[in-house]
Amino acid sequence: MYDVQKIREDFPILSREINGKPLVYLDNGASAQKPQIVIDAINRAYAEEYSNVHRGLHTLSNISTERYEAVRSTIAHFLNAQDENSIIMNSGTTEGINMVAYSWAMPRFEPGDEIVLSVMEHHANIVPWQFLRERQGAVLKWVDVDGDGALDPQAVIDAIGPKTRLVAITQTSNVLGTVVDVKSICAAAREKGVAVLVDGSQGSVHMPVDVQDIGCDFYAITGHKLYGPSGSGAIYVHPDRMREMRPFMGGGDMIREVHKDIVTYNDAPMKFEAGTPGIVQQIGLGVALEYLMDLGMENIAAHEAGLRDYAKRQLEGLNWLQVQGTTADKAAIFSFSLEGAAHPHDISTILDKKGIAVRAGHHCAGPLMDHLGLNATCRASFGMYNTLEEVDKLVEGLELCRDLLG
Amino acid sequence: MSDAFEDIVEDFEFLDDWEDRYRHVIDLGKAMAPLEDALKVEMNKVHGCASQVWLYPEISGGVFAFRGDSDAMIVRGLIAVLAALYNGVPVADAARINASAELERLGLHEHLSSQRSNGLKSMVERLRMLAEAAA
Repeated sequence: MYDVQKIREDFPILSREINGKPLVYLDNGASAQKPQIVIDAINRAYAEEYSNVHRGLHTLSNISTERYEAVRSTIAHFLNAQDENSIIMNSGTTEGINMVAYSWAMPRFEPGDEIVLSVMEHHANIVPWQFLRERQGAVLKWVDVDGDGALDPQAVIDAIGPKTRLVAITQTSNVLGTVVDVKSICAAAREKGVAVLVDGSQGSVHMPVDVQDIGCDFYAITGHKLYGPSGSGAIYVHPDRMREMRPFMGGGDMIREVHKDIVTYNDAPMKFEAGTPGIVQQIGLGVALEYLMDLGMENIAAHEAGLRDYAKRQLEGLNWLQVQGTTADKAAIFSFSLEGAAHPHDISTILDKKGIAVRAGHHCAGPLMDHLGLNATCRASFGMYNTLEEVDKLVEGLELCRDLLG
Repeated sequence: MSDAFEDIVEDFEFLDDWEDRYRHVIDLGKAMAPLEDALKVEMNKVHGCASQVWLYPEISGGVFAFRGDSDAMIVRGLIAVLAALYNGVPVADAARINASAELERLGLHEHLSSQRSNGLKSMVERLRMLAEAAA
């Protein structure tokens, strides 16, 4: 039984007030709050167990290394990866996708080689590919979304041509909540010998993920959206792709031997983790993922589906509100604007006065905003600890916005 | 300080809760004449605001004045308040206005100026620079 009230007690920040009102945190798409056990793990790591990893033979270094490396298996387990060596730990999805661009794509792509992506990608899954376009003549092929925000997997598959080398696609839109059938895309791409990178920044937060079942080559996650520390994250890399990758950042930890004239590299995945990593951040992420797995991602998904259905009904009742993205199976992420002149920033400012945190802006999705013909939207993104009452508070807040701004 | 601003301060003294204050700011914005599209150009644009903001100076005879606009209604209201504060003031005095202290008198300071993203700070800085350049 999923007891949301009990879960809320695990998150200390949820009991604070904002502008004299209980916090209604609906900006989970940007970053999620942290349960006490993650905060405690961070404290413990610094207070009792801290040292650099992979370096020393002393006790603290051993403990630190053990704790840190254990997270690699936790992440592998969370994503159902083949084994822990297919997990490269990093600071989040942005670093993960940039690493794929520099380590895997740049050394391999010829001018004219194509990357297929959807218009609803986050800038983190756009700009690294624009680098490839600028620097070595890669061609970006964009796939549009339908009016309801759905992405037809066949349209993505049809965009794959003889020069396509990579499909870079989100599993869940951070603006519309649209869930993409990445499994079908991966199956078709594999037949054509094309690699697929899945941006799991949002998807991994809202549903159980099995990278082997999806059949992707790369799957990037971000720790701070997964109720873990900021600056934590990982990317799953299929063993075949891992072998093709060239190190992108050089430094400590990624080498075996360095002399004036010779350098040899460590084995993967270490080869791709130069420098002292976010040791404590990753340890915190490990605890966050254990917390999610204990509760069960399928249970979290079911709870959020309830929130989505209720929020969808309630928001649809506001006939002056324009909601973007209306697919039935979407994640509980709602982008909207008020009919008339009100700017999303006005809405966000007024909701904040009611203690409600939402995001207003372009959500790092410029091409999608262009496609929708909007400069910005307001976004309410729900998480594992949100409640139906909070949906009601959002609706009340929006009614006040309409009253003040209409 | 201009009479127009003192009138606003007086109006705000009767508004107890934040909803009414916001409503009043929004109404001031609605009542303000919009800036012509031809003046909504890069030179007049104020960066550092989450919404789009334009401030157009109309300084003559040593007297400071400007007109402005924004695509956000609350920010538009703030521009109207700033216009009341700055317009008609000798340029030398305009450059020395402590806008944040004046807005505090409206009980808006804590809600608006603390949020860097609404760009109040950037707007005030632009007005100060315009006044200084003309002084």
